[in-house]
Amino acid sequence: MRTIKVSVVTPGGPVLEEEVEMVSTKAKTGELGILAGHIPMVAPLDIGAVRLKTGNNTEWVAVSGGFVEVNGQEVTILAQSAERAENIDIARAKQAKARAEKRLADRQAAIDAHRAEMALKRALNRLDIAEQQH
Amino acid sequence: MASLRDIDARIKSTKKTSQITKAMQMVSASKLNRAETNAKAFVPYMEKIQEVVSSIANGSKDASHPMLVSRPVKRTGYVVITSDRGLAGPYNSSVLRKVYQTISERHKSPDEYGIIVLGRMGSEFFRMRGMNVIQELTGISDQPTFDDIKGITSSTVKLFADETVDEIYMYYNHFISAISQEVTEKKLLPLGSVDSDKASTLYEFEPNQEEILKVLLPQYAESLIYGALLDGKASEHASRMTAMKSATDNASELIGSLTLTYNRARQAAITQEITEIVGGAAALE
Repeated sequence: MRTIKVSVVTPGGPVLEEEVEMVSTKAKTGELGILAGHIPMVAPLDIGAVRLKTGNNTEWVAVSGGFVEVNGQEVTILAQSAERAENIDIARAKQAKARAEKRLADRQAAIDAHRAEMALKRALNRLDIAEQQH
Repeated sequence: MASLRDIDARIKSTKKTSQITKAMQMVSASKLNRAETNAKAFVPYMEKIQEVVSSIANGSKDASHPMLVSRPVKRTGYVVITSDRGLAGPYNSSVLRKVYQTISERHKSPDEYGIIVLGRMGSEFFRMRGMNVIQELTGISDQPTFDDIKGITSSTVKLFADETVDEIYMYYNHFISAISQEVTEKKLLPLGSVDSDKASTLYEFEPNQEEILKVLLPQYAESLIYGALLDGKASEHASRMTAMKSATDNASELIGSLTLTYNRARQAAITQEITEIVGGAAALE
């Protein structure tokens, strides 16, 4: 099967760069699968997983939003943060989850509920993906 | 003339100071290295995002977003990047002077502007002068990650989005080389024309351009702030390194001249002793 080059880039530097057969992501409008030869496209991503498939092998990457860009030859995923499943700091994600839950429960404090919700979503996403890999 | 003991004490204390400045110089040199690596790691992200933004913004005329449009300015925001610690030569003072001058020229009342300051030196400077600081962030690490400053970048961009301010400028020290940094003013928002060197591709948009710009432009503006911070950090370490190097050089010069004075004084004392002994012997004869 033909492969397509995919790279995941964050402000902290490139997270990965490899040749895969299929990239599937969760865009804001729904699940999105990209194969080699896809037309140039830009789509915003949801907080979720990027799955990179080569043969029977699937690799998981957690992304916190951002967008995907396909320019004909390669796929670039630009996100403010992204980690490979094996690099996810589970302890930190659990802490973040607990913190966000506490903030959401404690509505009196003048906090940004939207921000706390997003933080919770990111933490849950990381934990989910870390579990997938094991 | 100072006594031998006084001079000796000064030499010793100067030596100790020079040891400290030497150590600080070496620490800053290694931090500068890391800061340059961080700035390099950021380049691919910036280039890519610029490429996409420019191809969307230039590709079609009907794509519009509040961040691309200038509106009448009632209030201006200033993002100022300084350091937490001093001893960095003119690093903080030059950028603060520039901002202070600009604000006093452009605005008459504190309602017309708001300052978003990063770093303790800047925050103290503006507070002492009673200027209008809207947001601040101190205690930024020497190798900041995007997560460290995500809070302040997104709230800064939000200030523009909810029309608290109508334009935002950034002030920081741009890193040119280890011995030269330059105070730079950059307009952050509204985004002017975004140009990219690479040929723009015609994209299919999913679901449409407006939705994409909504995600893309804030992310782009935030990364511009992060880029400026990385640039500023590299300048900070470079500036501190240079300042400490000249402090070390001055100290060794001072030690040289003090040693000369010390030796002269010692010689004078010995000569005097000999004269006294000779004089005493002559008196006995």
